[in-house]
Amino acid sequence: MKLRRTMLYVPGNNPNMVKDAHIYRSDSVMFDLEDSVSVREKDAARLLIFHALRCIDYETTETVVRINGLDTPFGRDDVEAMVRAQPDIIRLPKTETPEDIQMIDQKLTEVERQAGVEAGSIKLFAAIESARGVVNAYRIATSSERLVGIAFGAEDFVTNMHTSRSKPGTELFTARQEILLAARAAGLHAVDTVFADISDDEGFREEVGLIKNMGFDGKSVINPRQVGIVHSIYMPSVVEIKTARRIIRAIKRAEQEGSGVVAVNGKMIDKPVVDRARHTLDLAQASGIYLDEIEEEEING
Amino acid sequence: MELIHTGKAGTLESSDVLISVKTHPENKIEIKLKSIVEKRFGRHIEKLVRDILDEMQVSSALVDVDDRSALDCVIRARLETALYRGAGVQTYHWEEL
Repeated sequence: MKLRRTMLYVPGNNPNMVKDAHIYRSDSVMFDLEDSVSVREKDAARLLIFHALRCIDYETTETVVRINGLDTPFGRDDVEAMVRAQPDIIRLPKTETPEDIQMIDQKLTEVERQAGVEAGSIKLFAAIESARGVVNAYRIATSSERLVGIAFGAEDFVTNMHTSRSKPGTELFTARQEILLAARAAGLHAVDTVFADISDDEGFREEVGLIKNMGFDGKSVINPRQVGIVHSIYMPSVVEIKTARRIIRAIKRAEQEGSGVVAVNGKMIDKPVVDRARHTLDLAQASGIYLDEIEEEEING
Repeated sequence: MELIHTGKAGTLESSDVLISVKTHPENKIEIKLKSIVEKRFGRHIEKLVRDILDEMQVSSALVDVDDRSALDCVIRARLETALYRGAGVQTYHWEEL
C-alpha cells in the first residue's frame, strides 16, 4: 500500500534543495513551481525541475510537482513540460470546482498523446484552499480517474474565511472534516495542510496528532526536520503491531480451514478490522520496525 | 537560435550556476568559465556547454559561466533558460529538450 505520511515542499528554483530532496526520506517530495517561485523565474524553475526529474534518481520517493493553475499564464507550459519529465503526480493548486480538474485532465491527455506517454500515467492531487473548494470537495474528488488524493491548503483558506490560523485549529475543523469525508467516499488519500512555524515542535506534534486521529493519511511539510516527527507519530506501537499480526494470522488460519467466523481475544474479526490491521503493518514496515524481531519477542515471551 | 540580447539565468548559491549569454562580436563560440571545481571538471563543463549550444543551433555566443558546483542537469537548465531569454523566445519545443 502506498503511504503518504509526508509530502515535503521543495522550492522549484533552488538546485541545492532539488538535488537532495529525497535524502530526508519523506514519502513524497513536492517540487513547487507555484507560490515559492517569483513570476520572473517561472521559466527557470520549470526547466530546472524538467531536467532534474529526467536525470536525478529519487529512488523510491514519490515525485510530485505543484504546477501553476491553468488560469495563469504559466499553467499550460508547466503541463507541457511535466508530462515529458514524468513525475508520479501533478498537484493542482487552488482547486475550486470539478471543472478545474476536468480541464487539467483533458490537457494531460492531450499532451500525453503528443509526447507518446502512456495515457493516464500521470496522476493528480487536488489542493483545496478555499471555501468554494471545500463546499465542492466530493464533486472534485470524483471528477477524474487520475485523482489519487486531496490536499488541504489552510493558509489561503483562512484568508478566504476572513480569519487566521489559531493553535487549536478550530477554524479549520469543518474544512478538514469535509475534505476527509470527500476523500474517503471517493477512495482517495487526504493530506493535511502545512504547519508554518518550524521552531514550534510542540505545536507541530499536537497538530500532527490531531490530524492523524481525524484520519488524514499525512501532512504537507515545509522543513526536512518535520519529516521524522510526522513519521514517529504515525508509527504504530508494539502493542498495535502485535494485535495486527494476531488478526492477520487468525484470518489466514480461518481461510486455510475454510472457517467463516474468526475471533481474536474474544472479539469478532470482520473486514474493516482486517483492513486496519493490514494498514498498521504497512505503517510499521514503512517506519522501519522489524516485524521479525517482534515475532521473536512474541515466541520467547 | 539567434541571441538578440543578453540572457542571464541562475544564481551564485551553492549547487547552482550563474550563466550569461550574448552574441559574439566575431560570430564564434567563446566560453569563459569560473568554477570552484574547475581543476577536476573544467573540461567536462566546457564540453557540456558546447554540446548544448550545438544542440540548440547557437553559432555565435559569448558565454560566461560562474559555477558553484552545479550538477550537469542544473547547468543544462540554466544555460537553456539563458539562451531562451537571450533569444527572446517564449514558445518552447519541449519534445526537443
